[in-house]
Amino acid sequence: MAEPQRARPKPTPETQHFWDGTKAGELRLQRCDACAHVYFPPRPFCPSCASRKVSVFKASGKGFLYSYVINHRPAAPGFTPPYAIAVVELEEGPRMMSNIIDCPQTPEALELDMKLEVAFQELDDKITLPVFRPAKG
Amino acid sequence: MRKNQVAVVGAAETTELGVIPNASQLQLHADAALNAIADAGLKLSDIDGFATAVETPQQVCHYLGIKPTWVDGTSVGGCSFMLHVRHAAAAIEAGLCKTVLITHAESGKSMIGKAPRSIPADSLQGQFEAPYGVYGPPSMFPIPVLRFMKTYGITHEQLASVAVVQREWAAKNPRAMMKDPITVADVLNSRMIAYPFRLLQCCLVTDGGGALILTSADRAKDFPRKPVYIMGTGESVETPMVSQMETFNSSRAFKVAGPLAFKEAGIAHKDVDHLMIYDAFAHLPLFGLGDLGFMPYEETGQFIADGNTRPGAKLPLNTNGGGLSYMHSGMYGMYALQESVRQMRGIAPAQVPNAKISVCHGVGGMFAASGTIVFTNER
Repeated sequence: MAEPQRARPKPTPETQHFWDGTKAGELRLQRCDACAHVYFPPRPFCPSCASRKVSVFKASGKGFLYSYVINHRPAAPGFTPPYAIAVVELEEGPRMMSNIIDCPQTPEALELDMKLEVAFQELDDKITLPVFRPAKG
Repeated sequence: MRKNQVAVVGAAETTELGVIPNASQLQLHADAALNAIADAGLKLSDIDGFATAVETPQQVCHYLGIKPTWVDGTSVGGCSFMLHVRHAAAAIEAGLCKTVLITHAESGKSMIGKAPRSIPADSLQGQFEAPYGVYGPPSMFPIPVLRFMKTYGITHEQLASVAVVQREWAAKNPRAMMKDPITVADVLNSRMIAYPFRLLQCCLVTDGGGALILTSADRAKDFPRKPVYIMGTGESVETPMVSQMETFNSSRAFKVAGPLAFKEAGIAHKDVDHLMIYDAFAHLPLFGLGDLGFMPYEETGQFIADGNTRPGAKLPLNTNGGGLSYMHSGMYGMYALQESVRQMRGIAPAQVPNAKISVCHGVGGMFAASGTIVFTNER
């Protein structure tokens, strides 16, 4: 019996560029060509001004820890508790859910507002997940 | 909408609450509906409008043998029933129907005839939240709370006091699941679920249901029960993804729905005699007190810790014991509405003396949706 797997994202036509990006080691966001709004999750129009003229760009991968829980139970398949489920605020503005790696999963180590940088975790040959680690320096 | 034009004339919960291993979810809908019909002194054939959530209107109407001319299947989580009340009041005023039945039931504990919740892998939640180990509401709903605590200086002890005070209310209620007194230390020593929340800060998981019957205020005076008027209503949605809320310092859906209801009712906060704030987890009453404008967010934790919402105090809150101690089948909003109606009828187990205005505020999903109803027993 295989170990229970963590949930695997299944890209749609609107999100494929994001998952192509993580596979290539890039965190990709979208910016509205009309009003310059930067947004996430992906969609082919601006949720601020409704323009369909939007561009994909490579984000800096820098951000800070906005909030989190440390999940003890019940644990999701493929996860060993306790593990933090975090929300990261990116330098460009949008926030995304993620996990924090290379860091003890404790309230003492996980300080709100700590600086983070993106890392990439390959789940299989199709999906690479963006995760975050404490920023160096 | 004009205030006090529509009234609740029937209200009941399922015969049993808690663990109900001998009934399917659909049968719990029927049990609640039949109890509400009896409460209103009506026949099923008198019902011409119907609303429910999760189960479809056609499912429940067919099971009950109801032939509606108006239906509402709005399903936005646990506050769906607040939205049904709002929509039903508008429909009755518009003449689309005369007598609306709203049902909720959930086999949340026994899981009989209830489809398991699942997140499709190609949904936005499936792509951008599920892969990070979210697994049910306890892993998601508390995600904003550490930011809220830091922004406003809220302490762990204050958040624990929410559960302590609600247990005091539950102790007065024979139908409450959990009635034994607890202390802040008990809460902070209970099993960790999702830091910072421990077991006693998370809602119960139970079976049960409830139903309401609404009609025009003009007809309401001919019913056996004291009418409870719909004085004001509000609703909104924000996002199904907790990570994508505009801010963790408040709920946008709360801030839209709550003030709409207050404005429609034409009331100020000092007019509120009784308050329900849907408490799936211990932080929700703090968000609610702030977002509904009762006080600055910074004061919400201390306000509850100081005992201002406990029995006999100035702002009676979650007087059935709440989702933390009374019951929580998964979509608790119906039980909050039932308690507001009991308080306005003057028959609640922990009755607030001379209460004339009750505010009932609900949440759906993880701050995804909100509905607020202001009730009064005076026209």
